[in-house]
Amino acid sequence: MSAIAHPLAPELRALSGRDLTGLIISLILVVAPHAQRAPWWLALLVVSLYSWRAYLGYMRAPLPPRWLLLALAAAGMVSIWSYYHTVFGRTPGIMLLGFFSGLKLLEMRNHRDAGVVAFLCFFLIITNFFYSQSIPTALLMCVALAAISTTLVGFAAPQRSSRANLRTAGLLLAHATPAALALFLLFPRVDGPLWGVPEDAYAGITGLSDTMSPGNLAHLAQSDAVAFRVEFQGKPPPSAQRYWRGPVLWDFDGRTWRTEHPVLAKFKPPEGGGQTYRYTVVLEPHNYRWMYALETAASLPPRARYTTDGEILARRPVRQRIRYELESVIDPAPDATEDPAALRRALQLPPAYDMRSVRLAHEWRDASSSDTEILRRALEFLRKGNFVYTLDPPRLGLDSIDEFLFETKAGFCEYFASAFVFLMRAAGVPARVVTGYQGGDINPVDHVVTVRQWDAHAWAEVYLQGRGWTRVDPTAAAVPGRISSGLEGAMPVGQKLPLLMRSQFHWLRALRYRWEALAYKWNTLVLGYNPQRQRELMSLVGVRDADWRQLTATLFTLLGALTAVLLAWSLRRVARPDPVQKAWQTFCRKLRARGIERSPYEGPRDYSERAARDLPQARGTIHRIGELYVALRYGAAAPPARIDELRRLVRDLHLT
Amino acid sequence: MILRALLANPRFANWLYGFTPPERGVVILRHRRVYIVPTRMGWMYGATLVVLLLGSINYALSLGFALTFLLAGLGLAGMVHTARNLARTAVSTGRAEPVYAGESAQFHLLLDGRVAFDRPSILVRHVASGAQLVVDVPGHSLAEVVLAVPATKRGRLPLGRVMLETRYPLGLFRAWSYVEPDASCLVYPHPERTPLPPASADARGGTARARSIGSDDFSALRGYQPSDSPRHVAWKAVARTEKMLTKQFSGESAGELWLDWRLLPDELDLEQRLSRLTGWVIAAEESGAPYGLRMPGIDIAPSRGEAHRAACLQALALFRMV
Repeated sequence: MSAIAHPLAPELRALSGRDLTGLIISLILVVAPHAQRAPWWLALLVVSLYSWRAYLGYMRAPLPPRWLLLALAAAGMVSIWSYYHTVFGRTPGIMLLGFFSGLKLLEMRNHRDAGVVAFLCFFLIITNFFYSQSIPTALLMCVALAAISTTLVGFAAPQRSSRANLRTAGLLLAHATPAALALFLLFPRVDGPLWGVPEDAYAGITGLSDTMSPGNLAHLAQSDAVAFRVEFQGKPPPSAQRYWRGPVLWDFDGRTWRTEHPVLAKFKPPEGGGQTYRYTVVLEPHNYRWMYALETAASLPPRARYTTDGEILARRPVRQRIRYELESVIDPAPDATEDPAALRRALQLPPAYDMRSVRLAHEWRDASSSDTEILRRALEFLRKGNFVYTLDPPRLGLDSIDEFLFETKAGFCEYFASAFVFLMRAAGVPARVVTGYQGGDINPVDHVVTVRQWDAHAWAEVYLQGRGWTRVDPTAAAVPGRISSGLEGAMPVGQKLPLLMRSQFHWLRALRYRWEALAYKWNTLVLGYNPQRQRELMSLVGVRDADWRQLTATLFTLLGALTAVLLAWSLRRVARPDPVQKAWQTFCRKLRARGIERSPYEGPRDYSERAARDLPQARGTIHRIGELYVALRYGAAAPPARIDELRRLVRDLHLT
Repeated sequence: MILRALLANPRFANWLYGFTPPERGVVILRHRRVYIVPTRMGWMYGATLVVLLLGSINYALSLGFALTFLLAGLGLAGMVHTARNLARTAVSTGRAEPVYAGESAQFHLLLDGRVAFDRPSILVRHVASGAQLVVDVPGHSLAEVVLAVPATKRGRLPLGRVMLETRYPLGLFRAWSYVEPDASCLVYPHPERTPLPPASADARGGTARARSIGSDDFSALRGYQPSDSPRHVAWKAVARTEKMLTKQFSGESAGELWLDWRLLPDELDLEQRLSRLTGWVIAAEESGAPYGLRMPGIDIAPSRGEAHRAACLQALALFRMV
């Protein structure tokens, strides 16, 4: 094995081609997912910077001068600023980081610079988690981490093969896992941010909003993003009863329904009713405070708020995945104790709009003896009106309700809900729009109900004397298929449906179910791990209501134990002594106890001969031991039988 | 400051480094002797982890936590692996061939991994001179390192303290250990090449004549010395008496050469004299004629050959050295 002279400190050594390749591969792995968010020119720029550095490394050409890099940096910053109008937001900041990774490559000369790039990769990994923490992202980042570790090992061992270095990196990561697991489970978690987060931190989250105007639910229906998942204790209710109640909208300006300033109320569980369901909801972040619940909630999640119109609100906008347990009752006993002011609000209409609809409603009122009859007439009108359900309805003008009801007759659930509530109010029946989700997909693998954005729905609630607020689904009346068999059943053949909802992809769906079951476990166990779960874990090992001190103490004990195990492992591999040498040392110790010390210059043969002379009673054995030792230690082969003989002789040697 | 004062105290230093120099035989770097601290890159890594942790807490990123903790575990594993890469290595020294002052002494160090796994990237540095090499020690095998230590002065050059260092596998930690093996290299005086003195060595000083021993005329038999040329062994006498005897000649033939201290000009100081004598020894050996060396208190009979030359040079190297 040859030694190489190295006049330089290790960190000042020049970069090899292999080091450069490893770094560029690592960077590509961690930056690639950002390409879908970056403007095309920035993606192209970063790729060019990487390629330029790779080319320079390959050609062994000098790196570009400093002024050029500074000019590039300034140009890049200005471009990013002019594109996003800021450089301080989250996305612009990440784009800037990705851009600088290319520049840093171009001024990277030695291992110290390379270390900086490797650590930059760690930051870039974490920026990916802002956008996605799914299993594929996690796997991709694991691959990136392996690449970075292998590159780092390559810096330290330039002469070994990449394969051997990859193996070492794998071993290191395997050894890192127990400590990582202990830290993940026991490191005291804190609720909430430590400092303010950029304004755009939660942009791009899909979900229902606090307003409803024609078209915005249709937009949601194109999205297969998960809104929430529900795990029922026992059998879930049938699809037609799965109305997940969200924001309640009271105020209409002729085009948009909205609501402002929900009024908090004391929660009063409904009395009696039909079947009770207990279930757990894992809600995806949607940046509003609503917590969706199956109609009608019979209990509240801890620390949740309740409003007069029956919304359940979290204390803060939901910006992380949260998990809560609830109970709901189907068909509760009627509760007709609404505030008259609220009922007046539920009759408000914008003046001088949609006069044709108002006239129709007045006709119904004049011809009916009760609110129930008006309701019946309205549903009859929808049922016989030849309405078409479509995600791509014609655009509506100023009198949107009139145009929908009498001209276009094609729309999505929000059109039906909006028009229906308008008609009811015009006929003097208090009514309001409720948005939320309807249905949801039951995974046959783990029986978890997954509710997606395409399940977004809008319906109506009317206030009937003696019965209170009653849910009416005008969409179900007009297009019965929507509720009984979901979006797919309601859509005319030939309409564009999201890929996975098309029936010819059954096998894909089956695969999707398995994947969903896995993703649910991932979400609840890994991503949903929070202070509460931490306390639950600690109570499993007998510590109730563990605070951060107990967690830290447990954590450090565990980490200490893990380090000790690792250290013991490293010693075990090293300290296994040669049995021949060990037997010889025992032999020397036994002789020393009898006063026959081995001099530094004395060879084993001389020593054993001297010992044999001094101890004539054990002469034969001592001679044999010396002979065996010399043969085994310096001879070509060491047959196990002779090693055993040596060990036995030494063990049985009694010099008394 | 205090540390420096403490380190100047040999007993403290020996306790700290875990050994008392010089160490004979095979030195095994026990764990006790292997020190480990984070490198500059290691501190940077730590700072990176803190930032990642704060970011994960602030944005409540579960996978951010997972990444941070995995990296922390990686650092921990890296530390153990770095210590393991050096611990329990056995260091032994081989023979160092004598050199002339001004050249580099070539110390051979053998690193025995003694384990199944490779020990890559072990840096061996001679502390005093800063000479350093990087070597990979393969599993179940040895690696040899040749440290070139500048030999500036004649005499015995002890190897001194040698540092073994490794940053493998991640470069985040630096583990090192010191050894001070009992190895030295003989350094001959720097040779000054001047013309040889005339062959008949009695140009000055009459006493030289009676004592001069050449190889011309047989005068007597004496006991054999290992440095004697085999051609001068009295083989017939050996056959007769079964004792090794050497024929002694006397004479003032042209072939007899005495490299005498007193032949040197008076203005030369000690080292210059030794340099010139060293140059003469080399030249005389090259010429092929027998030569003797005479200095105050030292008298080496004329002879030839590698062993004779080494004896002369050693005498010059160690002359008046304590």
